[in-house]
Amino acid sequence: MNQDELEDALVEAIQKAVTSVTDETEDALKSAKNTEKDEGPKVQLDAILENIEVGKNEKRPICQDTGTQTFFIQVGEDFPSIGQLKEAVTDAVKEATASVPLRPNAIDPISDVNSDDNTGRFIPALHWEVVEGDEALIHVIPKGGGSENMSELVMMTPGKGLKGVKEIVLDRIAEMAGKPCPPTVVGVGIGGGADLAMELAKKALLRPVGEKHPEERVAELERELEEKANELGVGPMGVGGKTTVLDVKIEYAHRHPASFPVAVLPQCWANRQAKVKIDSDGKVEVI
Amino acid sequence: MKLIETPIDPEEIEKLEVGDAFYITGTIFTARDAAHEKLLEIDDDEVPIDPSKYAMFHCGPAITKEEGEWKVVSAGPTTSIRMEIFEDDFIERFGTKIIIGKGGMAERTLKALGENGAVYCQYTGGAGALMANAIKEVEDVHFLEELGVPEAIWMFRVEEAGPFLVTMDSHGNSIHDDVDQEVSKNLEKVKADL
Repeated sequence: MNQDELEDALVEAIQKAVTSVTDETEDALKSAKNTEKDEGPKVQLDAILENIEVGKNEKRPICQDTGTQTFFIQVGEDFPSIGQLKEAVTDAVKEATASVPLRPNAIDPISDVNSDDNTGRFIPALHWEVVEGDEALIHVIPKGGGSENMSELVMMTPGKGLKGVKEIVLDRIAEMAGKPCPPTVVGVGIGGGADLAMELAKKALLRPVGEKHPEERVAELERELEEKANELGVGPMGVGGKTTVLDVKIEYAHRHPASFPVAVLPQCWANRQAKVKIDSDGKVEVI
Repeated sequence: MKLIETPIDPEEIEKLEVGDAFYITGTIFTARDAAHEKLLEIDDDEVPIDPSKYAMFHCGPAITKEEGEWKVVSAGPTTSIRMEIFEDDFIERFGTKIIIGKGGMAERTLKALGENGAVYCQYTGGAGALMANAIKEVEDVHFLEELGVPEAIWMFRVEEAGPFLVTMDSHGNSIHDDVDQEVSKNLEKVKADL
């Protein structure tokens, strides 16, 4: 695998993620516009859609908060170049910070000093998963501060069951109102431990908008929460309206008998992401 | 849609009501937490701008310098509620008529808007590219060295910037308050059906 080629592809993917939205997200925003009747939410969605056009045409970051650079890396057990990935991602983040450009968003919490290149201790944030096969898939998901700040973890009393889960999610969506820049995609992580629930909630965001969980019983829960969330009336950017969420995504893990973690992690309307696929021959492709 | 030009005509702003939307051609200036604090602590003769004439924008822009010229990369709104602790004093002292941000503000600001014929407008969160496109020139920047890029007071010449949705007006109305109440009611209904 050619290291320069991989870095270039990762820079391209970061640029794509911060300057455009996915087709599924754009379609969902357009259909939201048709759903809204009132002037307030319509004005917000018009601005969102026009902003997307400007970002795409001028390769300009759609939002000035270009996020924390976050990557979910699925690497095949027979993928030959695993040792090169971390360095390539880190170098690509530095390069993209200068070339796109990205806002420097990595601050040492002890000294309060900004690294100015979006890298630092444990940053970019890398989530590794070993899967079958000989390919690697790198999901780029720059995450803005406004939506991340609205995340919540509840260690629910297990006896409350799925009804309790639904209440936690809907309470949270109502409480965060316009702050995470709705219409949002809401990631929900259920089960595991505190850490796993949070990670699953973020991982759930990787599934394209509109694509439901492959297990029907989970998909049904997602549909119910999406429908009920859109009855709350928060609306685009919190000015009221019918579209509060574009989608609700759930991932789950088995839980400890005494614990029932529920993590809610919203993503702003831009739902920024892109992918880089590397096959076993080192062929690199931005998706 | 309605176009407002600066310098601002106070009578035009007083007539605005929640739900109205407009664009701005003229000058807007940015002010976040630090800029509010700074302007409020210095004497009148040290204040470098007239905040009554231009629209104020809660924004920390992403800006680069190319061949000696400032270039705005992206300039969306920041969360306005952080400025709630300064805004009534600010409006009172400087006569600011148009405040632009996101997420809305609270009671103290709403009262000051009413007493001064001013409005708070929501600009769509995340729509930073659209705004940067409407910014034709960086006219000036104040307190850059002292406050740094995001907190400095940037003066932008804009053409048809917007749309800005009036969500708090000078007649005591706030869409944010209305939506909060509506959402609380809806939440109880939705949860009762679970």
